[in-house]
Amino acid sequence: MSSVLAASSIAEFLAGYLDNSHSAWAYVVAALIHAGLVLAFFGVAPLVYIWLERKVAGRIQDRLGPTRVGGKFGWLQTLADGVKLIQKEDLCPGAADQFMFRMSPYLVFVASFAAFMVLPWADGWISQDLDIGLFFILAIMSLEVMGVIFAGYSSGSKWALFGGMREAAQVVSYEIPMAICALVPVTALGTLSMMEISHMQAGPLLNWMVFHDPFCFVAFFVYFTVATASVKRAPFDLAEAESELVAGFHTEYSGIRWSYFFMAEYASMFAVSGIATALFLGGWSTGIGLEESFLNPLRASGGPGYLLANIFGAAVFISKGCILVFVQMWVRWTLPRLRIDQVMTTCLKYLLPISCALFLGVTLWPLLVFKLTGRTTLVDSMNVMGSDLGKPTADRGYRPWTPRPTNEIPQVPATAAPIDVEPGQAEPEKPVEAANGVDAKRPEAARLDVVDVSEGKVQS
Amino acid sequence: MIWTLGAAAEAGEPGLWAKFLGLLASVVDAVAWPFHEGTVYVFGAMAVACAIAVVVSQNVVRMAFWLILSLAATGALFFSLNADFVGAAQLLIYVGGTLVLLIFGVMLTASGPFLQIKAKPGEMVLAGVVGMALLGVILSSAISVDWDKHAPSPEKAVGIGFNSPAEGNTTRELGMKFLGANPKDIGSQKATLSPGYLLPFEIVSVHLLVVLIGAAYLARAKRQKAPVVDPT
Repeated sequence: MSSVLAASSIAEFLAGYLDNSHSAWAYVVAALIHAGLVLAFFGVAPLVYIWLERKVAGRIQDRLGPTRVGGKFGWLQTLADGVKLIQKEDLCPGAADQFMFRMSPYLVFVASFAAFMVLPWADGWISQDLDIGLFFILAIMSLEVMGVIFAGYSSGSKWALFGGMREAAQVVSYEIPMAICALVPVTALGTLSMMEISHMQAGPLLNWMVFHDPFCFVAFFVYFTVATASVKRAPFDLAEAESELVAGFHTEYSGIRWSYFFMAEYASMFAVSGIATALFLGGWSTGIGLEESFLNPLRASGGPGYLLANIFGAAVFISKGCILVFVQMWVRWTLPRLRIDQVMTTCLKYLLPISCALFLGVTLWPLLVFKLTGRTTLVDSMNVMGSDLGKPTADRGYRPWTPRPTNEIPQVPATAAPIDVEPGQAEPEKPVEAANGVDAKRPEAARLDVVDVSEGKVQS
Repeated sequence: MIWTLGAAAEAGEPGLWAKFLGLLASVVDAVAWPFHEGTVYVFGAMAVACAIAVVVSQNVVRMAFWLILSLAATGALFFSLNADFVGAAQLLIYVGGTLVLLIFGVMLTASGPFLQIKAKPGEMVLAGVVGMALLGVILSSAISVDWDKHAPSPEKAVGIGFNSPAEGNTTRELGMKFLGANPKDIGSQKATLSPGYLLPFEIVSVHLLVVLIGAAYLARAKRQKAPVVDPT
């Protein structure tokens, strides 16, 4: 086994080559390699997606799309486009604010790229396993709109200004239902860490959050609609409505700066799809039990097995994301664009109340199910196929409050213990407590240990 | 590689090249060793420089741009100090939320395309006095703290990342505090519940709701009653 494969992380591997006084360099180089890997995906994904977009558009419109560049399917069409864009002159209109005009594509680019830092590619493969990963990704993606506003404003063109204003109004409105919809599965899961969220959905298909309860099921579709709008894709692409605004906020851009906007847009499409995949569609898990029978032993064998299993996991994650991206393209080429007032109405009058209702519903759901079935989740699937699959979601640990006999001292395990909640103050749905809480009376709840994320600090 | 070359060169006859390599190796080490500390300085310098640019620049939208960079660098400071929640909140609330509103305000109220703001000398003097007073307060309080006493122990400072999973990482501990439970007390029988931060949070959110409704009431389009048409 070569030492490359044996190293569980790049930093460890590099540190092996350096003596202790230089091990900080291993950290720096490992950070650069991580960033390089993410940047490579960030660069390649738009190349593929732009080609795919043209093919999908062609097929839907009963055309062939690109067919000549690079062989039968026009594989290299985007590369040819890219070469053309790079060698174009870097223009800046005379009426524009030169400095802002040149800076705003970078702002969009950086915001879109930063979102990839916390996408969980595979078990242990994540650039930065933040405990607040989901919160971070929602925060960082909201920065993208700043670049678009600046681009629209600094172009010195009325079309660009209109596009920028529309984009600002749209994104600011759609961020609200997006965050609430992301909260719906989080309420059931009890964690914001992308790694933990994916771990909890391992196992059979019914462990995926989209099948967890009816509210999560609806929330997935609402989230996907809102996410499509937040990355300004049709039918919500008011910011660059060609038939009304020439090209919207990037009317005045050309060449490489124009392509930065497009790279960021297509990469953001994958980012929001990746969030949807991690939150609702089980992350890197296949959902057909491949992990338990085959991949987990392979991963545990270390070395090449670990790499292979994780590459497979990353492929599953990327495939799921790509399917969602494909749906976004499909929607774009089949639905007509909404008017600006319809866009705002859809968000503020329909999607926002729907997402609020979903959020309320998912907090009450364990109560209802417990009353009806005596369990707190609909599917008690942790023991399917005779083995523990996945990590239990937080709402499985929910216990309705019962008065405790005064002489009975609850058994407190050493690692995690319930908070001693006083009567009347117990929240019915408390993921925080539930994730730690252990009920001695319910043996299956005793498996609710604190999810171990210690493996997720610096991975390769 | 650099170190091996440097060491080999030093072992051999001392020449200019060996001296250069040795110097390079020491510089490289000096740069890389306090890597975490270094990011703090980089982002701190960036926050300060961008804040100065906000003050110096006269174009309103450029000011907003520099303010974004300054606030984002402050967020990055929080991240490099392992306060991930505060960093993300900084990005979401200040950069993503407040600044978008600010830009809306600027863009909707500016009369010309690229509005310039020039301060009068009197205003500059006043602002300078206020700024210097604030700086004095901050500096005096920063100096009066005994930082060495509060510095984390070396073994604790080495840990990259956040609280241990047993302590509930970041969010769990925050949530417990929010509900009034002290994470340190968990497991012991003396755990008690205080109101926590939930009550102040709710009060602030209700306050904001009132402000929002008030703003919507003030800004609503006044509907004019249709004039009564006299049938005669």
